[in-house]
Amino acid sequence: MSITGIEVAGQEIAAGEGALDASAAKIQGRSQWQLTWRRLRRDKVAMAALVVILIMVVLALAAPVFVSITHHPPNIAYPNTGEDAAGNPVGPGTAGFWLGTDGTGRDLFIRILYGARISLFVGFVTTAIGVVAGVTVGLMAGYFGGFIDTVLARFTDAVLAFPYVVLALALAVVLGPSLIVIIGVIAFFSWAAIARIVRGQTLSIKEKEYIEAARSLGAGPFRIMFLDILPNLLAPVLVLATLYIPTAVVFEATLSYLGLGIQPPTASWGNILADAQNFYQVAWWYVIFPAAALLITTLAFNLFGDGIRDAMDPRTERAFAAGRARRRRGKRQVLANDSQSHLSHAAPYVPPAEGS
Amino acid sequence: MSAIPADTGPASTGSASTAPETVGEDVLVRVENLVKYFPVRAGGLIRRTVGQVHAVDDVSLSIPRGKTLGLVGETGSGKSTLARCVAGLIPVSSGRVIFDGRDITNLSRGAMRPVRREIQMIFQDPYSSLNPRRRIGAIIGDPFAIHKTATGAERKRAVQELMERVGLNPEHYNRFPAEFSGGQRQRIGVARALALKPKLIICDEPVSALDVSIQAQVLNLLADLQRDYGLSYLFIAHDLEVVRHVSNSVAVMYLGRIGESGPIQPVYGSPRHPYTVALLSAAPAADPDAAAARQRIILTGDVPSPIDPPSGCRFHPRCPKAEAVCGQQEPQLEARAGDAATHLTACHFPVQAGENLAAAGRSEPA
Repeated sequence: MSITGIEVAGQEIAAGEGALDASAAKIQGRSQWQLTWRRLRRDKVAMAALVVILIMVVLALAAPVFVSITHHPPNIAYPNTGEDAAGNPVGPGTAGFWLGTDGTGRDLFIRILYGARISLFVGFVTTAIGVVAGVTVGLMAGYFGGFIDTVLARFTDAVLAFPYVVLALALAVVLGPSLIVIIGVIAFFSWAAIARIVRGQTLSIKEKEYIEAARSLGAGPFRIMFLDILPNLLAPVLVLATLYIPTAVVFEATLSYLGLGIQPPTASWGNILADAQNFYQVAWWYVIFPAAALLITTLAFNLFGDGIRDAMDPRTERAFAAGRARRRRGKRQVLANDSQSHLSHAAPYVPPAEGS
Repeated sequence: MSAIPADTGPASTGSASTAPETVGEDVLVRVENLVKYFPVRAGGLIRRTVGQVHAVDDVSLSIPRGKTLGLVGETGSGKSTLARCVAGLIPVSSGRVIFDGRDITNLSRGAMRPVRREIQMIFQDPYSSLNPRRRIGAIIGDPFAIHKTATGAERKRAVQELMERVGLNPEHYNRFPAEFSGGQRQRIGVARALALKPKLIICDEPVSALDVSIQAQVLNLLADLQRDYGLSYLFIAHDLEVVRHVSNSVAVMYLGRIGESGPIQPVYGSPRHPYTVALLSAAPAADPDAAAARQRIILTGDVPSPIDPPSGCRFHPRCPKAEAVCGQQEPQLEARAGDAATHLTACHFPVQAGENLAAAGRSEPA
């Protein structure tokens, strides 16, 4: 598009009109999300991580389908086919057990799938609760300031200061282990970090003139918080949320591993690993496969979160723009050594200082 | 023209005595003895007030309906604070703001709501004043949404009419602020301010962030809108020529007080306050011969701290004409001998026509 036509004296609008209209279709409606998605699509690692996450989600959702294929419900033991003469688990591929069996002769593959259901459910639900609570607390503390901020910010600090594994164990013991308690405990410890970051960002954004403009129009505090401030915070919040899901998954596995989470016979990666401890010398698959599922899932979420962060940081756009400019020049067969070549020396990506 | 005696007449009731009366004109906004102090707090856990920033100190002025009042002064003189007090964005320490016959001083948010429709603001920074995450249609449509005056297709049509009115392409409805130039962005700000058909628009340095050629376009747009809709402007700027171009009258602020005010012609033609004279002499002139011919008055020292403003006349530590009385007694803002009743000056020793202030400044030991 023509840059020169836009701000000539006298006809600021009309002069560049033709050029603008020609490119209007290209420019129009490319929102922050579309730009992010375009950048994310170029990030091979992030896309691979996304594919892994999707496969994991599909496998978890399709667990009953695999049950109908293998005819091995998750909580049924097969002492005849699923255990060898010594009563130990059988290896992968034996007697229709794709990944072998566990200590009581149940299908390990099916149990890992059902464990994935629990892990992903806990991960998504606690993160959702944590994000909603953290964003609300952070927005209120940052926007209202004063007494409300003092109370909320100190409460946030207090939650962050807790030795949370110890407290989570204590809560699980006192309240008794159940899915609800696990979700509650993990959510309780996940909102605080989000609240703190949202509060900090809110403090800076609320000084912008467009917030004052909204106030001068008569907008109320909640309209300003959720319509004017929140859209500016979605990037860091989304990145944090993506990175929180694996934390919650690991947390759930930890609690279940310690026997204070999901209770047998319901399968969870944590309690499968706990049981596997007794068999690791005779049944390597019993440890490796659930551990690999946990590792792959958390790694994929972390890599995807990193990819989103990179894609949302406009500073990385320069590197992509340089690549695009080079390709375009190649198509037009223009010599490479023109004025735009400085773009190829774009500064290396520096992670954003805020929000970490 | 007879000199107006300095005593208060029987009609004035004291509090409003310093308000510059615009006799025979329909006044839309009257600011009476407005004071805004910001507390200065210190200490970590237990915060205590250790001082006050005297941002606006006993300012009175009025804006006639359909006219423009220019407010000039250097950074930190309290112009923007005054504007925000008038707009009801920050609470007032004391004094009154009368808008269209109603006292709107420190109204609650609910009570202020209908008044918000009539007082709008245009902001200085066209980049910071538009939310980068929202589309233009949503930004200009905000006033309709907040005041529930139009919804859906009706709102979209109203927004597009506004865009057209301020010289934007209505088809750019779905674009983001980043896709516009500075001048276009300021037009978006103007459209947003116009949406509720206000009576008063407070322009807080609306063109100081723009290129000079774009400044003229935005100023002409503001002038057209004033003519068509009978708008009143409170126009804040530090560019004296811009104020002269757009305003009917002008008030010069220094450290939270008005030093001189009145219609454009007398204030620019025969300024009486030494600060006004210095300010005008510092403005660049387009004609190099005129620039070379005139006396540039260079003030010594810095603007004193508004936390502990000078006693008496606030300008006296830097004033080339200052005498002992200036540090002791606060000069009244009133018409001086030989001036029109609307030309008010707060100075014990107003500058006379033809007086060489630069020479006076040099003769004074620093």
